Amino acid sequence: MTPGVAGQPTLEGPRAGVAAAPPVVLVAGNPNSGKSTLFNALSGARARVSNYPGTTVSRMSAHARLGAESVVELVDLPGTYSLSARSQDEQVAVDAVLGLASEKPEVVVVVADATALGRSLYFASEIIETGVPVVVALSMMDEAEAQGLAVDIPRLRQALGVEVVPVVARRGTGLADLRTALANAIERPGTVPGPAPLSPAVEAAAAELSGILAPAWPALTPEGRRAFALWLLLSLDDDAHSGGVRGIPPAIAREVARIRREAAAAGRDLDHDIIAGRYARIDAIVEHAVAPGPAERRGWTQRIDAVLTHRIAGVAVFVTVMLGLFQALFSWSEPAIGFIETGIGAAQDLVRSAMPPGPLRDLLVEGVIAGVGNVIVFVPQIAMLFLFIGVMEDLGYLARVAFVIDRVMGRVGLHGKSFVPMLSGFSCAIPAIMATRTLDNRTDRMLTMMVLPLMSCSARLPIYLLVIATVFSAAPPVLGVLSAAAVALFAMYFLSVAAALGAAAVLRRTVLRGPRPTLMLELPPYRLPVPRVLLRNTWQQVRSFLVDAGTIILALTIVMWALLSYPRADGAGQLSDMPPAEAMAAAPVAVAGELEAREQGAQLRHSVAGRFGRLLEPVLEPLGFDWRIGVGIFGAFAAREVFVSTMGMVFDLGDADESSEPLRDALRAATRRDGSPLMTPLTGIALMVFFVLACQCMSTLAVVRRETGSWGWPAFMFTYQTLLAYVAALVVYQGGRALGWS
Amino acid sequence: MTMSDRFTSLDQLPLGTPAIVRRVGSARPIARRLMELGLVPGTRVTVTRIAPLGDPLELRVRNYALSIRRSEALSIEVDETHA
Repeated sequence: MTPGVAGQPTLEGPRAGVAAAPPVVLVAGNPNSGKSTLFNALSGARARVSNYPGTTVSRMSAHARLGAESVVELVDLPGTYSLSARSQDEQVAVDAVLGLASEKPEVVVVVADATALGRSLYFASEIIETGVPVVVALSMMDEAEAQGLAVDIPRLRQALGVEVVPVVARRGTGLADLRTALANAIERPGTVPGPAPLSPAVEAAAAELSGILAPAWPALTPEGRRAFALWLLLSLDDDAHSGGVRGIPPAIAREVARIRREAAAAGRDLDHDIIAGRYARIDAIVEHAVAPGPAERRGWTQRIDAVLTHRIAGVAVFVTVMLGLFQALFSWSEPAIGFIETGIGAAQDLVRSAMPPGPLRDLLVEGVIAGVGNVIVFVPQIAMLFLFIGVMEDLGYLARVAFVIDRVMGRVGLHGKSFVPMLSGFSCAIPAIMATRTLDNRTDRMLTMMVLPLMSCSARLPIYLLVIATVFSAAPPVLGVLSAAAVALFAMYFLSVAAALGAAAVLRRTVLRGPRPTLMLELPPYRLPVPRVLLRNTWQQVRSFLVDAGTIILALTIVMWALLSYPRADGAGQLSDMPPAEAMAAAPVAVAGELEAREQGAQLRHSVAGRFGRLLEPVLEPLGFDWRIGVGIFGAFAAREVFVSTMGMVFDLGDADESSEPLRDALRAATRRDGSPLMTPLTGIALMVFFVLACQCMSTLAVVRRETGSWGWPAFMFTYQTLLAYVAALVVYQGGRALGWS
Repeated sequence: MTMSDRFTSLDQLPLGTPAIVRRVGSARPIARRLMELGLVPGTRVTVTRIAPLGDPLELRVRNYALSIRRSEALSIEVDETHA
């Protein structure tokens, strides 16, 4: 089950370019190579973000000026260590470099980290092999010098056969030279070096496969075809069906498997021969062009790591930083959220006072403006989380977080990098799901995303508080000291973590089964973030949320409003059909407000949601819930905390929050049809368990739709969580009753 | 130590002891990835650190720091060398 990966072939011949389009320059490089900083420095302020066709990998591009009249379209490729493996990022990279899914690039800038030259040049050599013109931007030159590494640029240039420009992107050093080199590569093509041959066995296999590829991909150059053949030999799995690799015809996949089989029978390991062959050549180049420093020096990074990954100090720092993240998400975003909510309220009041009452006004106030509010209310937390993650990532600490906690996450098949998104889930699933973008491997990312909404987000808290205050306020302390309310609240958070980890373990063995999960994590040197790049990346995340997920959330808010408001209940005749609100006497509301609240309640009971609640009652009864709780659950789909205000409306109390004493009293006084009390402690626990586990949040589903590019994953998420919630609440309630509790 | 070609798996390599990769015996996707990251046979590698909870390991390979789990290190054979 892999929704989100487009099934149709994308590996077709390159299309003829549009006449006026500027030449395409790709910026490729390893993660942590300084690629983003360089892209940012070359492109200036404006960049457009879209997705690579048929993928969820975001594509950043910008027009950049190389000289007086030369403008190019600069495209930022995802950071990868190789072209030839199987992640979505790498497929995007290989499609773009070979010009398979889009126009062929005019030139590729490969950003190579001078401090890790061997690994960087491995990636560079893969791209050079394809025959596309390449300019190597040698980044981190300042760090290399600090380490005592002396890179002989002319020698490197000569050995690689392509232009090499040293740069320090954060200081702007070398950018002018890089622009000139790019302009030269575009104006004077044809200086591309032929690929250096690998072992005879590899070359024979590549040549055979190239011959097979030629008819299907006539537009590829001979170098491009050889590179594509090598890519197929290295990337396709032996079980002959093309699995995760898009658009490879089965016939080609079978040929690849055959060639690999024959090589294996002859005692050749093609993977090893291809990779080791490239590295052998690179090692010779590096030895020729780089004078090693005076042994390996213990730089800053080692000294900082001695503390940050220390058995005790490291764990202490880890806990402190994570507490800081919590603080940022919960407290620092609070004023901004309050400001947005006030603003939305003011806009609603303004429209209310400016327009005559009627369906149109209600649509604008309760649907459109509330919907816009439902979208932008997430922005402070998204911005805060991505700013925090951005700083940690650019500093290099995010990789250390994964390093420190991987042992725990690995137990249930998750990745060390799943930790920060999971933790953020305590605040809100929306930014947390977006934060799974830091996971490179698709299976790891999907797994994290699927279990993350089980983490008890802050929108569940009002529900817990209302229920606990209603049913446990008079309960005796547990073990003589702990308040029952505190124990119940703790139990809900414990359940949420246990459920998330348990679900991860189960999904890893079922729906998201795959190759054994691994961790291969570069621990980059500690570096200072570049604020401009940081802010730009944060803004892009916010923007993509507003545009893609925001529109869905807005639409769903309007739908929810309609379901809670229509059909209209007008006339007292309908009112009299409705079950009476038991607790009215207890509610100290002003008379005018009381009337309005009664009207609201009657309207809600009459609406689709109200009817749905009653329709659902037979299904909810075994959980100890009645139709009123059913309406609350329905309303909570807009956002969980809406459960509380919906209950306020159901009980004719008008606006109510979790600290509303009248609402608590109303709930305590509420009875079932047989006259027995509705909100017993057991019902309360079942209700909270239901809310811990259920995916009662349309915005979560909207953002999963955006991140996976399909409705399949959100549908799966909603289904499994709802089933889990139902069964768990059923077991709690029926089990509790069997034990004689109430 | 008299023999320079005493071989062991990478997870058994003492902290800070330089070694040379002899063979990457993992399953294909993992071996392919490890080799692409620079752990090809003949490469110098050192285990420089162990995570606070005992796993994963931090390796020094080709002048950068790479972290892998013990379960992966298990299938990488290395020869210990003299420093």
